[in-house]
Amino acid sequence: MQFTIEIGRYNPEGTYAERAVQGECFPPPWDKAPPKHYQTYTVELPEHAVVLDALIAIREYQDESVAVRCACRSAICGSCAMWVNGHAHLACKSKLTEFTKDGKTRVESPPSMPVIRDLVCDMTTFWGKHFKVNPWLDAKKPEPGPMEEYRVPNAAMEELIQEVSCISCGACLMDCESFAVNPDFLGPQALAQAYRYVGDPRDSKTRDRLGEYSGPGGIWDCTHCYECVTQCPKGVDPLEQILKIRRLAVDAGFTNNPGTRHADAFATSVKHSGRLNELTLLPKSVGLFNVFGQLKTLPSAINMIRAGKLPPIIHKSIPGVSRIKAIFDRLGGRFK
Amino acid sequence: MKVAFYPGCVSKGACPELYVSAKAIAEPLGLQLEELTEAPCTGAGVLSEQNPELADSLNGLTLAMAEAKDADLMTICSTCQGVLSGVSYHLAKDEKRLEKVNATIGDQGFGLRYSGKTKVKHLLWMLFEDIGLERVRAAIKYKLTGLKIAPFYGCYILRPNEQLGLNERPERKTYLEQLIALLGAEPVEYRGSTKCCGFPMLTFNRDKSLSMAGNHIIEAKDKGADLLVTPCPLCHLNLDGQQPDAARVLKTTIDVPIFHLPQLLGLAFGYSPKELRLDHHVVPTKGALEKIELKV
Ligand code: SF4
Ligand code: SF4
Ligand code: FES
Repeated sequence: MQFTIEIGRYNPEGTYAERAVQGECFPPPWDKAPPKHYQTYTVELPEHAVVLDALIAIREYQDESVAVRCACRSAICGSCAMWVNGHAHLACKSKLTEFTKDGKTRVESPPSMPVIRDLVCDMTTFWGKHFKVNPWLDAKKPEPGPMEEYRVPNAAMEELIQEVSCISCGACLMDCESFAVNPDFLGPQALAQAYRYVGDPRDSKTRDRLGEYSGPGGIWDCTHCYECVTQCPKGVDPLEQILKIRRLAVDAGFTNNPGTRHADAFATSVKHSGRLNELTLLPKSVGLFNVFGQLKTLPSAINMIRAGKLPPIIHKSIPGVSRIKAIFDRLGGRFK
Repeated sequence: MKVAFYPGCVSKGACPELYVSAKAIAEPLGLQLEELTEAPCTGAGVLSEQNPELADSLNGLTLAMAEAKDADLMTICSTCQGVLSGVSYHLAKDEKRLEKVNATIGDQGFGLRYSGKTKVKHLLWMLFEDIGLERVRAAIKYKLTGLKIAPFYGCYILRPNEQLGLNERPERKTYLEQLIALLGAEPVEYRGSTKCCGFPMLTFNRDKSLSMAGNHIIEAKDKGADLLVTPCPLCHLNLDGQQPDAARVLKTTIDVPIFHLPQLLGLAFGYSPKELRLDHHVVPTKGALEKIELKV
């Protein structure tokens, strides 16, 4: 079969500069993406071929100047994550037939990371985040001798299979929407690894970890967009791991943050009226005594009132709300 | 066609224009709306993330209410859709979880049981899968020719794949573009259409949330969009309600009106902008409407 591949080319020495255009714009701090140009190649490959097969064929037989990073070619090493048709994927796991759009497949370095050359992006930021969560065991017991093991029940480790499956390819971070506007956000991969240790019964630092991950750049900076869940080639479900840390952190008492206040205000409203009360949600989440924070939300509130979009001041309950309350009394836990 | 109508809190709170326009377009589409007035809030993902068991029961109750009406459940909000899709997916798969839900709602005197079978569908999906494009086409009285419209889906109607049935029906990811074209307008292609509006972070990470919203609208505007259309009122709250503030955070001006999906359909079906409450937006809709010779 014949496939058409469009490669986003970038060379720091500027060899291709004259044909180059401004790269795809991305939110700050990457809004000034380095110039690149798209070069089109045609390759003859079997129907089952993947994007990486095409890239290697191009590099071997057509244009040895194309830079691409890969090793295992079987979705294990994690080195070939790149943008395929505008989303982060492993090139070695993406079938060309599935990724052909309007007769071609476009591959490029993800604009959310600095580019080194062509399809090779700089993963320094990614590794920085990874190491920031202390991704190692701080064992409760002293290290076992050479012929011993630190044994835990099987089931406890089975819980962590998802997190352990991470191959550190970075696809999740490349497409993470919070990271796109917030470079300080630890991001999906690092936080999924964070849970890998929080959830490990052998670790002694659980509480410290929960406190640390609840701070700025941590679990509450995720916008819940599910991009990481969709893009991860290994089923790690980073968002699910972030939510697990959120639950544990709240249970451990790390509740003095807007994220927890938001959840509490939300639950109170649904419990008492069956519905969400937008009028009290925002001020309660910001913190009723946070004068500066409250003031910041004021202009928007005034705009909404002017447009006649203010929720009714008297928040009406749904009929039969006492039964909703009864469900909260039974299952509400912290929200009772 | 009879549907169990779940309007969601926002259409009855800060986005009354959505409720009004959804009710208006029901007739030309042949929808008989049986509103679930006693159904609770879905929890918008906030309750499920903190307390999945509680969210199961609240949403299981809503699903049971639809079942009692012997009708599919229709949402008009991507977020409601996402949460209800998620719960119905898990309850259909996991008998133990379903039993727990039934034990809880069984004790509250609703006289309801949930079998696990209710289908949950956003209005957008129903247009294509149940009502049929023939019927939509027949209801069009006024083509929106000349408008360039940027679709904005909202995360929870696009992700995660499996719960939303997108593996079986990948075309659901293109319905907005198809519909815009069907109504006579031109869909704008841009990256932001499938991205997050930032609303989930608004209350606790305001500036980041607003930059997200702002960036997507600016991108659509750069690609020529006269307006954005969204099937999600929470996206609307951020994209329209917070737009002036988003512009301030990004130190620019934006001024792109945001329409709810039923408002766009309503215009094409011949309702006046006033009937669709297009005069009750934060960002004025006037400019876009004038382009197709309509007035607010
Ligand atoms: S769900 Fe959270 S961590 Fe995952 S991509 Fe979205 S913002 Fe990033
Ligand atoms: S979580 Fe998934 S996408 Fe993210 S680095 Fe690990 S394997 Fe890659
Ligand atoms: S080459 Fe190793 S994961 Fe693709």
